[in-house]
Amino acid sequence: MSPAITPELVAQHQLSPDEYRKIVDILGREPSYTELGIFSVMWSEHCSYKSSRLHLKKLPTRGKLVVQGPGENAGIIDIGSGYVIAFKIESHNHPSFIEPFQGAATGVGGILRDIFTMGARPIAVLDSLRFGRLDDPETGARNRRILSGVVAGIAHYGNCFGVPTVGGECIFEPCYDGNPLVNVFALGVCRKEDVFYARAAGAGNPVIYVGARTGRDGIHGASMASAEFTEESKQKRPNVQVGDPFMEKLLLEACLEAMQTGAIVGIQDMGAAGLTCSTCEMGSRGGVGIEIELDRVPQRETGMTPYEIMLSESQERMLLVAEKGREDEVFRVFRKWGLEAVEIGVVTSDGQMRVKQHGTTVAEIPARELADEAPLYDRPHTEPLRGADHRFLWSAKSVPVQDALPSLLASPDLCSKRWIWEQYDYQVRTNTIAGPERTDAAILRIKETGASVAMSLDGNGRYCYLSPREGAQLAVAECCRNLATVGAQPVAATNCLNFGNPERPEIMAQLVEAIEGMAEACRFFDTPITGGNVSLYNETLGEGVYPTPVLGIVGLLKTAAPVTIPFRNPGRAVVLLGGIGRCDEVRFGGTTYAKEILKQLWGLPPELDLDREKRVQSAIREIVAAGLAESAHDLSDGGLAVALAECSFGSAEIGAAVDLDSDLRPEVLAFHEAPSRILISTAHPGEVAAIAEKHGIEAPVVGVTIEKGIEIRQRAMTLGSWEIATLRAAYEGALESYVR
Amino acid sequence: MKFGVIVFPGSNCDHDAFYAISANLGQPAELIWHDSSTLGAVDAVILPGGFAYGDYLRCGAIAKFSPVMKAVRRFASDGGLVLGVCNGFQILVEAGMLPGALIRNRGLKFICREVCLTVETADSPFTSAAWKGQTLRMPIAHGEGCYFADQRTLDELEAEDRIAFRYHGNPNGSLRDIAGILSRERNVMGMMPHPERASEPLMGSSDGLTVFQSMLRAAVRA
Repeated sequence: MSPAITPELVAQHQLSPDEYRKIVDILGREPSYTELGIFSVMWSEHCSYKSSRLHLKKLPTRGKLVVQGPGENAGIIDIGSGYVIAFKIESHNHPSFIEPFQGAATGVGGILRDIFTMGARPIAVLDSLRFGRLDDPETGARNRRILSGVVAGIAHYGNCFGVPTVGGECIFEPCYDGNPLVNVFALGVCRKEDVFYARAAGAGNPVIYVGARTGRDGIHGASMASAEFTEESKQKRPNVQVGDPFMEKLLLEACLEAMQTGAIVGIQDMGAAGLTCSTCEMGSRGGVGIEIELDRVPQRETGMTPYEIMLSESQERMLLVAEKGREDEVFRVFRKWGLEAVEIGVVTSDGQMRVKQHGTTVAEIPARELADEAPLYDRPHTEPLRGADHRFLWSAKSVPVQDALPSLLASPDLCSKRWIWEQYDYQVRTNTIAGPERTDAAILRIKETGASVAMSLDGNGRYCYLSPREGAQLAVAECCRNLATVGAQPVAATNCLNFGNPERPEIMAQLVEAIEGMAEACRFFDTPITGGNVSLYNETLGEGVYPTPVLGIVGLLKTAAPVTIPFRNPGRAVVLLGGIGRCDEVRFGGTTYAKEILKQLWGLPPELDLDREKRVQSAIREIVAAGLAESAHDLSDGGLAVALAECSFGSAEIGAAVDLDSDLRPEVLAFHEAPSRILISTAHPGEVAAIAEKHGIEAPVVGVTIEKGIEIRQRAMTLGSWEIATLRAAYEGALESYVR
Repeated sequence: MKFGVIVFPGSNCDHDAFYAISANLGQPAELIWHDSSTLGAVDAVILPGGFAYGDYLRCGAIAKFSPVMKAVRRFASDGGLVLGVCNGFQILVEAGMLPGALIRNRGLKFICREVCLTVETADSPFTSAAWKGQTLRMPIAHGEGCYFADQRTLDELEAEDRIAFRYHGNPNGSLRDIAGILSRERNVMGMMPHPERASEPLMGSSDGLTVFQSMLRAAVRA
């Protein structure tokens, strides 16, 4: 027997009394238990974006290369020669906290399905990860377990599926202690005429279910992702799905092959909210109805109720609509790959999502109202939560440059992430021209066209905590700069907005400001947002994470040997494109030096001049294209000194001696994080200077590359000098020692 | 010379091997589906990397029962060249076409890394384009690549000059640093490193081509 619908039951489904009234209005009657479950997942924050939608509209979504913007499973960009790329970010934060291995693994699985649902073969994945401090006496052990589990989960799924994990970022902050962030950015490629959409059409066409059987796993995953964590969250482990990358690999090959038959009308994966979401969204997008019979749905367990079948988030499942009379062509392909494909229903013309079991209707809801008429909230937003004021004291903890650089290079945020990325197959498919830590952006060649795509993934929670608007702009700028540094032209973006509880006005304000900042910057760099993901309620026991918008931006470039980070030859001029930059004490408070050495956070993030940033990027693209740079690396976390060290960690063991003409306090000079700066080594300083001048950019020659060592001077006074091997040991060995 | 690349459900380096042969070596290649009972007119067979049948149970343990493996076995016993790379090596070992076993890496983690190999013998159809002692650079990408065999087998492999490659700086705990071995008849080779990923300068190394060029040379001679 289904339980009676009581206000308590409605509340348990995280539906407000107003939302419940709206459901009754749409249906013209009280919902059944199954229908209540269906509404609760579709109208969850995770599926409906009810708190963010109003503001997401501020983002630019159009551009001359945009084939598909937000609203589909992934955004699509035209890359020329008859090919397109499909890409998107997805978060799997909550599941990864509860069950790190499977949570992260199914996060990868979900975004890969989003890509190949569009007809594109996934060719690359990057991950943006945030964890609590590994060395915290209380939570460190748990954080290390989460890190190890998440990395193993990503490796397990991606490696077996056969998609290279080519880069990403990984940051540690106390605010992610009870709420890690796992954001996965995936990209696929396909011929322009082979793009598929998640739209049902043609009354009478069969609705076909393919892939894994439906079980009781993941029920209410979408709702779980839409609530704060409490002590009871640990009991939600069964809500986390279990992934099977082998099944997904078969599904990929079978779907791409079935699409080639021409018998498929529309296709959508079953991700969050499973069968519910795929049926009503496909119906809604196509302006049609869908009727399904649950008895035909392949089931892993006996005695599943309609409620359970409709809300299950079992992985590796797809729903597709085929052309009537051509079902066999589709079935034949799935049989070849050993997959179950079953006709479970039919497209109708009445716009209803009708669910039957044993021939009796158990749910009947207008598809469009369910998918698109979710409540929309203009939640109150005040001043963003900012914990840190603008006061600043150089504390006694200040450490001179000589000692600070090795400490910073060994800090969890800045140290080499080799321990992580060596667990990922970053080369499968033989397209990886530049993988992890070789360049500022990953580069993948497209074998079919002779062009390459560059991908960058960036966020900075600390900056955004100090100023959500500027922080978001800095993230966009950094992403675009990373792409420019490898010679790529940024063309489009996807975002993942990780925030706390939007019902708190000061958190909502963070979200609004970050979106507005991102919108302005994306417009400025001409990188429309073609889709993404919003993850709210990232709070545990009332403590929110830093506002962490993460940007994934793709760029295009010619296929060629990449300009990489390390210096390659001694005796080359070291040029600081963009100059030493400005930084006052207020703007120093968000730096890694302030975090790791001073143990403070204050002030504002580094100052960004969008126009200047764009000119620096144009200049470096031109320098790289002209073949003038032997190495190139943008300055970001840790500033100039850290960038210099990173440039010295190549196999050639070439360092640099620089002398900086500046009035800044030495620690600020070495470690401030002003944007719009790129360090290059060149045998042609004159030509580099000419290009920089043309773009109105400073490009002082700050030094020369040398063998074995690194020396930093300020107006001839030595701030520090190091053996490369010593710094490299600190940088390379750190993460493994933290994880142990 | 025509290369057949076997496609098991879960193979994921099949396209890469196909590309390395057709685009980089410039020879015809054909994908062969796992339930095929014949190989067709091919001059050599590659078992590619990946996770055949999900590597469930044990790497390669299910793949060895695949219909195509009967044909591969026949092809090898007739003297045909069979190269198993990574998962392909694991399958050859499970199928008993090469001795020993491949077990979890010493560090218990998947490792993707460029390594250097020493060519231990040039006396094989897979290494004849190299010289003994030559260093080749190519990547590994595996979780179960630690080569293991009993003392007698290892001694036998050495005595019969059947160790094709050894690692510099053993990454996975393989006994006697073994990275690749030959069958007694020398026409079957298994190796954990990926030559197909090192077949053009854009991928950072072309050393892997040596293996394919050797096979080509052997076919021309035959």
